Amino acid sequence: MNKVYPSIEAAVADIKDGSSVMIGGFGGAGAPIELIDALIERHRASGSPGSLTVINNNAGNGAVGIAAMIYAGMIAKMVCSFPRSSDPKAFTERYLAGKIELELVPQGTLAERIRSAGAGIPAFYTPTSYGTQLAEGKPVAEFDGRHYVQERWLKADVALIKAEIADRKGNLTYNKAARNFAPLMAMAAATTIVQARRIVEPGDIDPEHVVTPGIFVDRLIEVADARQEEVLLREGAKQ
Amino acid sequence: MTAKLTNAQIAWRAAQDIPDGAYVNLGIGFPEMVAKFKPDGREVIYHTENGILGFGEAPPTGKEDWDLINAGKKPVTVKPGAAFFHHADSFAMVRGGHLDVAILGAYEVAENGDLANWSTGPGSVPAVGGAMDLVHGARRVAVITDHVTKDGRPKLVKKCSLPLTGVGCVTTVYTSLAVIDIVDARFVLREKLPGMSLEELQGLTGAPLTVDGSVQDLIVPEV
Repeated sequence: MNKVYPSIEAAVADIKDGSSVMIGGFGGAGAPIELIDALIERHRASGSPGSLTVINNNAGNGAVGIAAMIYAGMIAKMVCSFPRSSDPKAFTERYLAGKIELELVPQGTLAERIRSAGAGIPAFYTPTSYGTQLAEGKPVAEFDGRHYVQERWLKADVALIKAEIADRKGNLTYNKAARNFAPLMAMAAATTIVQARRIVEPGDIDPEHVVTPGIFVDRLIEVADARQEEVLLREGAKQ
Repeated sequence: MTAKLTNAQIAWRAAQDIPDGAYVNLGIGFPEMVAKFKPDGREVIYHTENGILGFGEAPPTGKEDWDLINAGKKPVTVKPGAAFFHHADSFAMVRGGHLDVAILGAYEVAENGDLANWSTGPGSVPAVGGAMDLVHGARRVAVITDHVTKDGRPKLVKKCSLPLTGVGCVTTVYTSLAVIDIVDARFVLREKLPGMSLEELQGLTGAPLTVDGSVQDLIVPEV
């Protein structure tokens, strides 16, 4: 078994218009910049993929990563918990102009919806958002005297995530807080595409240290010197 | 009117009530300041939504690791005994009731413990982050806030006018003038600034203050 792809272009070549795409990362930590850039390059060259629904905690910062996808006009809808950042112009302008849709989800509910999709659980109850605007229209039930809101699973066609070390079978480790949503997204997407800092042979990762088991991973690309979104922002990356 | 507490002093007062060995989440912004005033000799383990338990202060400039940030996207360090985990585990810690204390900011707090702290209403980009999860996550959900808004209106009210973050979730409010517990849907006054009369404080509060036992003086050092 070898999940390593010949090129980053090949790894993202079949993502279609209108796809839902989960993108790992919380702010810059874990943002798979090279996979995103490969997708933007494809869009520039061919006009596709467009009309994407992107699922991430945030909605881009400055002009890199998801913000660059927004500037490229590839995103029709964002599903996120916190569409603000130090420079949220890309999303804010389009949102206020009605050019991009927003589904706002509390952060823990977002994580659990993604995890549930990966675990085959179509809905669950959570105390989060009970009695608030974000629960409007959702079923409510009482358990042991407390109210809970029903939330549904959140699946995607594709997940783009960044890992630290991968073996060729797709077992993954992460670096510090760059882990965040990635293990959940890897479970929830039909096709999970991973950029790893290093790809090693099976057996080189101690099974005790595997965070994402390879069954959740479809495609691997090694990006040894991956760029970090926060560093790019501080260097003043422009649109 | 007596001078009110500064934000740092409110944070100091809230920090005194965090017990030794507590697992604590501090909301982004003003609540992060509470960590500065942890009393010596107490061990407090800080949780951040993005997957760290046991993070420490910011690294020196130039030593940042941008894969090691807190929920406010600021660089942090880790203390010995820290742990990393994914977002679903992180919010299992929150929603599962495993945290001892959460300290949050507020636009409004109602006498029944309703909190509004995520949206000022239509006209801006809504952003909720982990606020709606955190209010259901900790055994104690404390709020730190100025007692009144910038234009002098009460932030402690009968009923919130802004969109709610959670229903009946706040247990204690530390303000620039007082410390107030929420018990059986009432504001119970525990401490107030010594120079301020109960009538004066009531005049700046949008719902009745109940006195249950004695009211202590709220005495905070210059910090």
